[in-house]
Amino acid sequence: MKKIFSLAAGTATLLGVVMAGNAMANTTLENIREKGHLQCGVTSGLPGFSQPDDKGNWTGIDVDTCRAVAAAIFGDASKAQFTPLTAKERFTALQSGEIDMLSRNTTWTLTRDASLGLNFAGVNYYDGQGFLVSRELGVSDATELDGATACIQAGTTTELNMADYFRTHGMEFNALVFDTSEQTVQGFAAGRCDVLTSDRSQLAALRSKLTDPNSAVILPTIISKEPLGPVVRQGDDQWFNIVKWTLFTQVNAEELGITSANVDEMKSSDNPSIQRLLGTDGDMGEKLGLSADFGYNIIKEVGNYGEMYNRNVGPGTPLDLERGLNALWTEGGIMYAPPVR
Amino acid sequence: MSETTSQITPARAKPWNDPRVRSLVFQLVAIAGVMWGGWTLVDNTLANMEARGISTGFGFLEQSAGFGIIMSLIPYEATDSYGRTFWVGLLNTLLVSGLGIVAATLLGFMIGVARLSSNWLIAKLSLAYIEIIRNIPLLLQIFFWYFAVLRNLPSPRQSVELGGLFFLNNRGFYLPDPIALPGFGWVELALAIAIASVIALRIWAKRRQQATGQIFPTGKVSLAILVTLPVLAFLATGAPLDWTVPELRGFNFRGGITIIPELAALWVALSLYTASFIAEIVRSGILSVSKGQTEAARALGLRQGLTLRLVVIPQAMRVIIPPLTSQYLNLVKNSSLATAIGYPDLVSVFMGTTLNQTGQAVEVVAMTMAVYLTISLLISFVMNLYNRAVALKER
Repeated sequence: MKKIFSLAAGTATLLGVVMAGNAMANTTLENIREKGHLQCGVTSGLPGFSQPDDKGNWTGIDVDTCRAVAAAIFGDASKAQFTPLTAKERFTALQSGEIDMLSRNTTWTLTRDASLGLNFAGVNYYDGQGFLVSRELGVSDATELDGATACIQAGTTTELNMADYFRTHGMEFNALVFDTSEQTVQGFAAGRCDVLTSDRSQLAALRSKLTDPNSAVILPTIISKEPLGPVVRQGDDQWFNIVKWTLFTQVNAEELGITSANVDEMKSSDNPSIQRLLGTDGDMGEKLGLSADFGYNIIKEVGNYGEMYNRNVGPGTPLDLERGLNALWTEGGIMYAPPVR
Repeated sequence: MSETTSQITPARAKPWNDPRVRSLVFQLVAIAGVMWGGWTLVDNTLANMEARGISTGFGFLEQSAGFGIIMSLIPYEATDSYGRTFWVGLLNTLLVSGLGIVAATLLGFMIGVARLSSNWLIAKLSLAYIEIIRNIPLLLQIFFWYFAVLRNLPSPRQSVELGGLFFLNNRGFYLPDPIALPGFGWVELALAIAIASVIALRIWAKRRQQATGQIFPTGKVSLAILVTLPVLAFLATGAPLDWTVPELRGFNFRGGITIIPELAALWVALSLYTASFIAEIVRSGILSVSKGQTEAARALGLRQGLTLRLVVIPQAMRVIIPPLTSQYLNLVKNSSLATAIGYPDLVSVFMGTTLNQTGQAVEVVAMTMAVYLTISLLISFVMNLYNRAVALKER
């Protein structure tokens, strides 16, 4: 009899597992509100983008994007929790529902957008692939890299760009593929490869991890377009809109001159664009399923896009990256957000 | 009540009381349950993936892969298909597993025997080896061999050179690659003849020994045949062999054969680690042979080496083979740690890069699991055949 019971229990468990997929009737937003925090997938440690400090607090531009979404939902940026993921794990973690959004330095491509059951919600950093080489090699241009061995992180668009670039230039290369960016740096530092190739922002971050950062240079060549941004699961448009408009709110705020320092004064501004953005006028929050002051909360807790950029990767930080493409469209960059209206 | 029961013939029980029928029914129900469960899993997975817009199916295997792989035993270009990356990864896995099994077996047997040596120093050294190596996690050992060795090797421009033919640097060990010219077929033919004649010689020598008791020096003669015949053929056809010698061009050496440091590190780590387990298995096997066997052999006048080879080891094999099979299986599966140091094995190439570029996790993981299962079952099958051959035959 005992056996039959355990068999029945086993069958029930199996059924539970099988049926669980169909039982996800709640929207992502409802689920997040219910569990009381936003679960966000980030890198396992990339300075400037997402890295835990010595107290275990995560910092970086990708982390701030998550915190901005948490601020929009809860009015409290600290309600974002982070799951470190390798490049190989990231999409599966999002597909399986282990995380609510992925903000992990991820390039927006057609294949990823169309065949993984995922949607890219926008771009929080425009990047391009480059090369880091040892200074003593005396290489000044990527076209001199014929026959080189390159350290690459597995599961990235970098692997494909690298092969394309060398093929179109009629050059040979050896691709040495590691699991994490940490290992690519180790391989590069040990002299196993001549070149470390990745997105240029990452190269700046990885270079700062070398014992002597000055021993390596980033070549000026850019071989690809790498728009990096947050990703959500397909099929929940409300959630997709929330993440998308959190990004747009930060860019619009910078354009309107709203910062975390002056956001309280700005609340009394006469400018209708500012009023709509901060929720003193209109029902923008309600349309997204959020509170009216979600824009205020984002700026108050995390800041506008420019603040987020300068704090994490901008000039003066270890990465020391100029705004470049990531400047506002009004200042020669391509950061452009649709109007809040 | 009692009247009615007494009228029923006890010989034929009702079907639901018949233990055979009942067990059959229960088994059928269980099988149906398992099949239904499996079908539901597959069907649900497919339906859910469809609903979430995730691509399914094996069509991706035909598409162009578009990424490079550092080491391949078959010709591979970035323009080849994902299907081909599967074979590249699989062959690299088989290569390191095969090399590992051979090295681990040889080393394991030597250390296992040495562990029982009457020489105090040799016995204790073997003991130390076993206890140190088998108690450190394999992944750490792989990292040790990779980074510790890699950091101490020179860069390509300062390579350690041997006669301008062999080069060692932190990109690998480079050696000349032989190219067969026309006429080399004769050398291969000579080798084949040599092997055939050695086999014939062995059969003849064994028969003669059984008939007359005379021992023929088979080992030395075999070696002489194996070396002389091909060499004579090689010289007679005018040395039809050319070599591509590796040379430094740009960043790296090109031409010749390259043994990449990832392969070397993985091979060394896997072999040393598994050898420590095999050594213990060999020791247990040898100790399982009763001392009387050795004493009897010595009493017959067999020397120590012959005692070990002809009396002890054949009996020890019965105990050794089953756990040895497990170690071989472990080694093959452990080779998937390759991904940690960038050796392009099946897990790194196919379940890593290919999975990521296509996003078809379910198909790729299923294929990879099927491969490991197939390799393991094949090894099991072969080892079981061997086990049957050496097992105690009760007459």
